[in-house]
Amino acid sequence: MKRKIVLGTLFLFLSVVVSAENQLIIITSFPKDLFETYKRAFEAKHPQIDVVVRSKKTSAAVAYIRETSKRPNSDLVWASAADAFAVLKEEGLLEAYELPDEIGELIPEKIGTYPIHDPDRQYFGGALSGYGIMWNKDYLEAYHLDPPKEWPDLTAPAYHGHLAMSAPSRSGTTHLTVEAILQGYGWEKGWEILFSMCGNMSVITERSFGVPQGIINGEFGIGVVIDFFGLSAEASGLPVEFVYPSITPIVPASIGLINGAPNKENAQEFINFFLGQEGQRLLFDSKISRLPVIPELYRDAPLGFPNPFEMKKTATKFDVQLSQQRYGLINSLFDQLITFRLRGLKSAWSEIHKAEKRIEKKESRNQDVAVLRKLIAEAKALVTRVPILEVEANDFEYNQHFAKEADKVQIQAETEWDAIAKENYRLAKELAKKVK
Amino acid sequence: MIRSILSQCGKVDFSQFLFFLLLAGLLSTFILFPILQVLYVAFTQDGFITLFHFLNFFQRALFREALLNSLFVGVMVVIFSSLIALPLAFFSVRYDFKGKVMIQTLGILPLVMPPFVGAIAMQLILGRNGIVNLLFRSWFDFTIPFMDGLIGIIIVQTLHYFPFILLNASASLASIDLSLEEAGQNLGAHGFRLLQKITLPLMMPGYIAGALLVFIKSIDDLGTPLLLNYTNMLAPQAYIRITNIGVEDKAGYVISVILVALSLVSLWSMMRYLKLSEYATLQRGATGVSISKSIGSLKLCLVVGFCTVILVVSLSPHIGIIILSFAKFWSFSLLPRSYTLSHYAEIFIETPYMVWNTLIFSFLAAGIDVILGAFIAFLLIRGKIIGKGLLDLIATLPLAIPGVVLATGYLRMFHSVDFPILNKPLTETWIILVIAYATRRLPYTLRSCYASMQQIHESLEEAALNLGANRRRTFVKITFPLMLKGVVAGGVISFITSSVELSSTMMLVPTKELAPLSYGIYLYMQSATGRGPGACLGVIVIVLVASGTYIVNKLLSSGSESFFKL
Repeated sequence: MKRKIVLGTLFLFLSVVVSAENQLIIITSFPKDLFETYKRAFEAKHPQIDVVVRSKKTSAAVAYIRETSKRPNSDLVWASAADAFAVLKEEGLLEAYELPDEIGELIPEKIGTYPIHDPDRQYFGGALSGYGIMWNKDYLEAYHLDPPKEWPDLTAPAYHGHLAMSAPSRSGTTHLTVEAILQGYGWEKGWEILFSMCGNMSVITERSFGVPQGIINGEFGIGVVIDFFGLSAEASGLPVEFVYPSITPIVPASIGLINGAPNKENAQEFINFFLGQEGQRLLFDSKISRLPVIPELYRDAPLGFPNPFEMKKTATKFDVQLSQQRYGLINSLFDQLITFRLRGLKSAWSEIHKAEKRIEKKESRNQDVAVLRKLIAEAKALVTRVPILEVEANDFEYNQHFAKEADKVQIQAETEWDAIAKENYRLAKELAKKVK
Repeated sequence: MIRSILSQCGKVDFSQFLFFLLLAGLLSTFILFPILQVLYVAFTQDGFITLFHFLNFFQRALFREALLNSLFVGVMVVIFSSLIALPLAFFSVRYDFKGKVMIQTLGILPLVMPPFVGAIAMQLILGRNGIVNLLFRSWFDFTIPFMDGLIGIIIVQTLHYFPFILLNASASLASIDLSLEEAGQNLGAHGFRLLQKITLPLMMPGYIAGALLVFIKSIDDLGTPLLLNYTNMLAPQAYIRITNIGVEDKAGYVISVILVALSLVSLWSMMRYLKLSEYATLQRGATGVSISKSIGSLKLCLVVGFCTVILVVSLSPHIGIIILSFAKFWSFSLLPRSYTLSHYAEIFIETPYMVWNTLIFSFLAAGIDVILGAFIAFLLIRGKIIGKGLLDLIATLPLAIPGVVLATGYLRMFHSVDFPILNKPLTETWIILVIAYATRRLPYTLRSCYASMQQIHESLEEAALNLGANRRRTFVKITFPLMLKGVVAGGVISFITSSVELSSTMMLVPTKELAPLSYGIYLYMQSATGRGPGACLGVIVIVLVASGTYIVNKLLSSGSESFFKL
């Protein structure tokens, strides 16, 4: 035992000292299925290059790149979250690169209104994903629920306690979904949908993968999920289904060259490989299930594979600029009003649902319910009220307080919002209880 | 007495002082500075020192509630863990019955909760639609929210952390001088009265050390609240704010500082409390006399029944992980619909090296902890150096620091410096992982060492000194062997918890080839189909830890009597 441990230790020491010369080091938040496939394919094509993967979740990846920036030890960053790339770019941690023409010209500038590549060519979109709704068929059957189709469907009282999503501050794609709802349905109506939908949530998860995982486990039945989780789970034979609502953001997962990359040429070679036809085709693999950025390729897509370039998009235009500008504010609002006060919000909605049932009963017995209806309308107004006007939320100066570092203005606003949310949910609950 | 006064002068003090400096240097380099590097942001705004963020903490209703929730959960978990662990400790040390060894080995397994898969298994068994609730629904048409809100957190943490008390209390109990109990019996105290008046007070150092660990661990625990998606507590609030991308939210760091303060205050009050009485005894371990006694059949049934129920409940996640590792599909059903061996086939091809990595990293970390812990405990209790309390404070800091913060500090401090001999920064090697584990687990080992040291009477060492041994020889020949039980208990805790450590691992792992099993689980758990292989890795961690503990137990046992008493 002891000798084995000593030998093992020695071996590890050696492995520290001896390292291969021709490497390519990729930091990624992608699942193993994805990066292993690309590693294998790329190494087969370039046998002299040894691909090393540092797999980290996005926040850890950003921190890692930042902390090692004095002496960069990795070449590429490869992840989904657009916000992470925006941060890396702003901090000067990425390096620009120009794609060769024969690769670049096959990829359109935009998907919907969303630019696929960074305009300054510091990161490149290479795999598209959209958000949608996923559910566990067995779960819905057991609870006698119908599958939802659109975001507003999720506000139905029947779904109370059966839903889940992750917080927009924790997942860049969830943030875009929230933005898409706010822009698609308008500020007030959008928040109303969000509040009513979240009143039905069983949990708001901390990791975006917590949602599909919980659905598969049967902890909750329905969730707001990024498409590849849904599609790959479906393809693997699990009892789940996935649907895109008509308002859905389709956004690219990107790859970027790290500033000062030690193996720059290999890194550029990998970018070309990933964005070229060969690399893009790998995305069709059912374990990966992401959408290529080359529209032509969809001719060869597996049966039933969604084509984002042909999807019926919402009529309203998605304003990327606005979404990025108020990014911090929306996340903070959502966290203060919903994530951290979910219990209050849930129990207020639960009382409202019960009260509405009582009203319906009375109505069916031809009793006068006008006063009660007014009470319930008041309660609903309280739980769907967003404590900040759209003009203010879109104000450039005000948004600066929520960008990057939390300053006093943000802290005060958060303190205030938290107090308002707590009080409103309590009042609404009391009002609903008055409906007897 | 005269000897101890004499020994204060000259050489002895000097070597103690050297030790102190060495330890202080080590702890500062690997704990204090990296943490300070990150935490100083809590006290600054635009480059100026400010208390604004601290004052704001108490103005926010959310944070006040989080503080209260954390304290409430901490206290409740200590109470429930004590109710479970103390009887288990007492039965397994004092009574002689078949299956005792089982309890000793299985009793520590709840501490081994592999990341992610542990959570999934727990949801599959105790969750809203887990086995238990599915059964309840079909039998009685109602469900019990085991995994909901604060109550859920208390249940999960109790089942997870009670071994801290079990381990430390057992070590303490096994070291009690039997003659004191005999004296009590001679004076007419029996049964409960004996327990209450003699035994319990004498095992206080170990129990309190365990209870303190449970309390601090519960307050700082991130996994459970995140697993239950309950964010209104201190640790998840800190974590969420620190790991938000691109937003430097100082509140997160402020909460970390408050967590540190809470841990230190509870540590300090524990020390004050223990100082009120004397725990050291002269004769130790009642040589030759078996301290466990056999019991009657009715009592035996009760004892075994109690232990079985506790173990089955607290090991249910582990059973869940084992089932999950063989399951093809398991979703919203009592048991998996079909079984497969393919997950094991997959991991045996892809990840055997992770087993070695885990063993070596955790073993080295535990070794470092045992050495450091024993020396620090010795200095704390016997040392005559002003400022020795500082060592304790620094060594305890890591308990309250989120792994991410420590890891960030390491990157910040060590990445730009080449380490001599290796000619690359420490952060490019697996050594950084060992250091991180050793650092994060040092508080556990230190507490165990400290507790066992408290039970050693100084006159034993004085006797050795009288007989001509020098300080070092005395420590090696007398003190260390006497505190060995506590030291081993601490080392085992360090080994076990290192083997499932993820938060700093995720940040610091240089490449996949140098990754331990916990990281492998993380890699698998990112996809819908990775649950099976992930669970297999979880099973391997559990088996490794169980057999590692068993081996330690065997190696250190002398003769028929098991040395390391649970």
